[in-house]
Amino acid sequence: MSKTVETLESVTIRFAGDSGDGMQLTGNRFTSVTAQVGNDLATLPDFPAEIRAPAGSLPGVSGFQLHFADHDILTPGDQPDVLVAMNPAALKTNLGDLARGGTLIVNGDAFTRGNLKKAAYSQDPRGDDSLGGYRVFDVPITSLTVGALSEQELSNKDKQRAKNMFALGLMSWMFSRPLEKTVAWIEDKFRSAPDIATANVTALKAGFAFGETTEMFAHSYEVAPAHLPAGTYRQITGNLALSYGLVAAAERSGLPLFLGGYPITPASDILHELSRHKHFGVRTFQAEDEIAGIGAALGAAFAGNLAVTTTSGPGIALKGESIGLAVSVELPLLIVNVQRGGPSTGLPTKTEQSDLLQGMFGRNGEAPLPIVAAANPGDCFDVALEAARIALTYRTPVLLLSDGYLANGAEPWRIPRIADLPDLSDLVQFAPSPNGDVFQPYKRDPDTLARPWARPGTVGLEHRIGGLEKADVTGNISYDPENHHHMTELRQAKIDGIAASIPPVAVDDPDGDARVLVLGWGSTYGPIHAAARRVRNAGGKVARAHLRHLNPLPTDLGEVLARYDRVLVPEMNMGQLRLLLRARYLVDVQGYNRVHGLPFTSRELAEAITGQLAALTAPATDEASP
Amino acid sequence: MTDTAAPKLSRKDFSSDQEVRWCPGCGDYAILANVQGMMPDLGVDRERLVFVSGIGCSSRFPYYMNTYGFHSIHGRAPAIATGISTSRPDLKVFVITGDGDGLSIGGNHLIHALRRNVNLVIILFNNQIYGLTKGQYSPTSELGKVTKSTPAGSLDYPFNPVSIALGAEATFVARSIDTEREHLAHVIELAARHHGTAFIEVYQNCNIFNDGAFAALKDHPEANQIRLEHGQPIRFGADHERGVVMGDDGALRVVDVADVGEDRLLVHDAHREDASLAFALSRLAHTPTGPTPVGLFRQVERPTYDGLMEQQLVDAEQRRGRGDLARLLAGSDTWTVGD
Repeated sequence: MSKTVETLESVTIRFAGDSGDGMQLTGNRFTSVTAQVGNDLATLPDFPAEIRAPAGSLPGVSGFQLHFADHDILTPGDQPDVLVAMNPAALKTNLGDLARGGTLIVNGDAFTRGNLKKAAYSQDPRGDDSLGGYRVFDVPITSLTVGALSEQELSNKDKQRAKNMFALGLMSWMFSRPLEKTVAWIEDKFRSAPDIATANVTALKAGFAFGETTEMFAHSYEVAPAHLPAGTYRQITGNLALSYGLVAAAERSGLPLFLGGYPITPASDILHELSRHKHFGVRTFQAEDEIAGIGAALGAAFAGNLAVTTTSGPGIALKGESIGLAVSVELPLLIVNVQRGGPSTGLPTKTEQSDLLQGMFGRNGEAPLPIVAAANPGDCFDVALEAARIALTYRTPVLLLSDGYLANGAEPWRIPRIADLPDLSDLVQFAPSPNGDVFQPYKRDPDTLARPWARPGTVGLEHRIGGLEKADVTGNISYDPENHHHMTELRQAKIDGIAASIPPVAVDDPDGDARVLVLGWGSTYGPIHAAARRVRNAGGKVARAHLRHLNPLPTDLGEVLARYDRVLVPEMNMGQLRLLLRARYLVDVQGYNRVHGLPFTSRELAEAITGQLAALTAPATDEASP
Repeated sequence: MTDTAAPKLSRKDFSSDQEVRWCPGCGDYAILANVQGMMPDLGVDRERLVFVSGIGCSSRFPYYMNTYGFHSIHGRAPAIATGISTSRPDLKVFVITGDGDGLSIGGNHLIHALRRNVNLVIILFNNQIYGLTKGQYSPTSELGKVTKSTPAGSLDYPFNPVSIALGAEATFVARSIDTEREHLAHVIELAARHHGTAFIEVYQNCNIFNDGAFAALKDHPEANQIRLEHGQPIRFGADHERGVVMGDDGALRVVDVADVGEDRLLVHDAHREDASLAFALSRLAHTPTGPTPVGLFRQVERPTYDGLMEQQLVDAEQRRGRGDLARLLAGSDTWTVGD
């Protein structure tokens, strides 16, 4: 039986189920295959902090959203068009997001009295009109899976566990994704357990066949490949891209990479990834705590390594004193903060960008340090290289901000050619011999104000550094009032001077006559960009710019801000960049601030921009939209 | 590590040009002179020596050594030193710390460095007081200590640093005294030649805030210093008339040799794999007010952390070949988009 195939431009699918149902794995496999067929895509994994919340419970729901299209896209999608809900709890927590008229596939077998109760349903939603606005497909996924595996010698529990592969097979049919790669992947993953491999492959194929043969589904869909810039692509998450960026920075600088870290969500995957690349000479040190992680990294920097510490906000709080020491001893050090919801333990698995001011000011004394932020998963790679450039050129700790959304979100990534990567080797200049009668560890390079990097083991450069204030040039301990003021100014001037090496603000203003500028930083890049498209498609004029460098800011930023009647800065915090911009440029920057633990939708940002456009004509009460 | 016939250095070569700024009469001077004095015999090139410290009086030490030095922040020296030593096995790294720095704010780093067996020499100056902050009780102060922060006497039971080190799986644990020049030099040299983390507790007098804390051992060395020597029966006293025996209950006791006979004396075995006997010795005196063991409690061989890490890198490269960045970036799942 052949069914019709409908062509779509873009689709957003969300897989939702119990955290033990394998939804992340299902989503990741669908993503891989989608990347293979050439669609542009963006993903948003959304899972609870608990490893295994009680089965069937509302807090235990794990979701994975994937947006794919035949054109370049910027976000994981505002609203799913298709929701796969593996149990009542998943339906309850996700239905509100499903687009009106969207496709809902539920695992009917999971709608037992017990599961309905756990999901706080007083009656089965399949039997009332609460699902009336959707195209509902009630599929007994569990029993179909078990049925497909009836020939196999496996426990019923093991058979049931393959139900996520049945769902994946069904979705693969619905969106015309081939199965071969997934079959190969399953066979490789379960190489040591061939029974399980066979069960998963059988379930996958059964799901596909079910879609093809049952009369429930009238037709399937197709999303044509996107026209992305020419090149070789792979799928990449932010944490993986950041890890690769660090390895690339080590290779391109000729320095051995040393990572000192402590496990913390959502940054641990960088530690995991780098620990796998020992054949690149990468040393990873899982320390006893966050402080030891940065301590060891700073020791390794002193000893001549490209040193990194990776963490999330709570870890940065613990590392604060050591970061101050790194500022004082002026050694290159990369500090990665994969931000999550705060304060305190906050929302470990959810995204936020509320550690900007912590990075700027979260230390005692005047302790400036450069800050860069990644805009999308692939950008984590480039930003790691940029952070290394700054650290090595200016001999300073550099803070690199990513966040939970970038860390786990995936997108196609055009693999760079090695020759196109920046060459950092010239920036590594260990002091070869004393720079005076005796070695003067704080005699600076006149251009960069960097002090010499004197590697232990070098004859004649024996010297002492530390956290006490140092006399200019000699580096000896100094309590002299004028010297302290001078050194404070020098440390600031060195960081300010980095601005000379960063590009001017790139403003995207197609017609050149927009009066509203929307300015972002970090992972809001995609949603802001998509929102600007929406506004422009509706006839609005809006200019858009994005900051990679947050300290120092690009030299022309003040001038750019002054060109617009209104400036809107959407942030997943309560207005941290806005505070800095207002203080620095005395510009009445407006904010759009939400901390939902999720990335912005392009729709809400488009509304915020539209609000700013409307305010141009009604300037009297121009509060930022709520 | 010296491979050429360079002129032998002297103590002066290891003194930096910085003026030493400890209080006159501080026990730190003697330790500094001792370390500087034994350096020429160590046979390690000066540029390969790194002294790392935290915060406190003792932590000023690196400024006075004409070697590489890093005066860091309170308690963190073992962590920083671990990064140096682990990434640069060619360096000889010393950690200088105190009872507050090493056992209070930095206790966590200390125990983890010890269990990992990173190539480090950790010298803990124990003066049983906070000196730099002007006289608060420390984690080694005796119970009931009256200080500025404990006018009614301290309430917390003190640590025994040697017991801690042994409990933390240290492979080298020793104790000495600031004023015992030869003994201290010998212990430091043993430590410096050890592979792994070597921990030395040095009783150090703070003549300003805790003068005389170790008077029992210093004024009556024969009566109160139990000098541990590997392979020798443990005995002390002006005429070696006292000794240590293991009772039937397994506990160690100080006895008169005449009462038990020489044959019953415990023979010190510093190289025993099992640390329990060394631990029992450390319990003979919880605070040094009576007979107290000094010397090498324990020295055993165990692979070092930095050595093991280096080996993993070598093995990985042998197995997989030197990493190829282009291959890494490409991964296994790629697709090509044409022009």
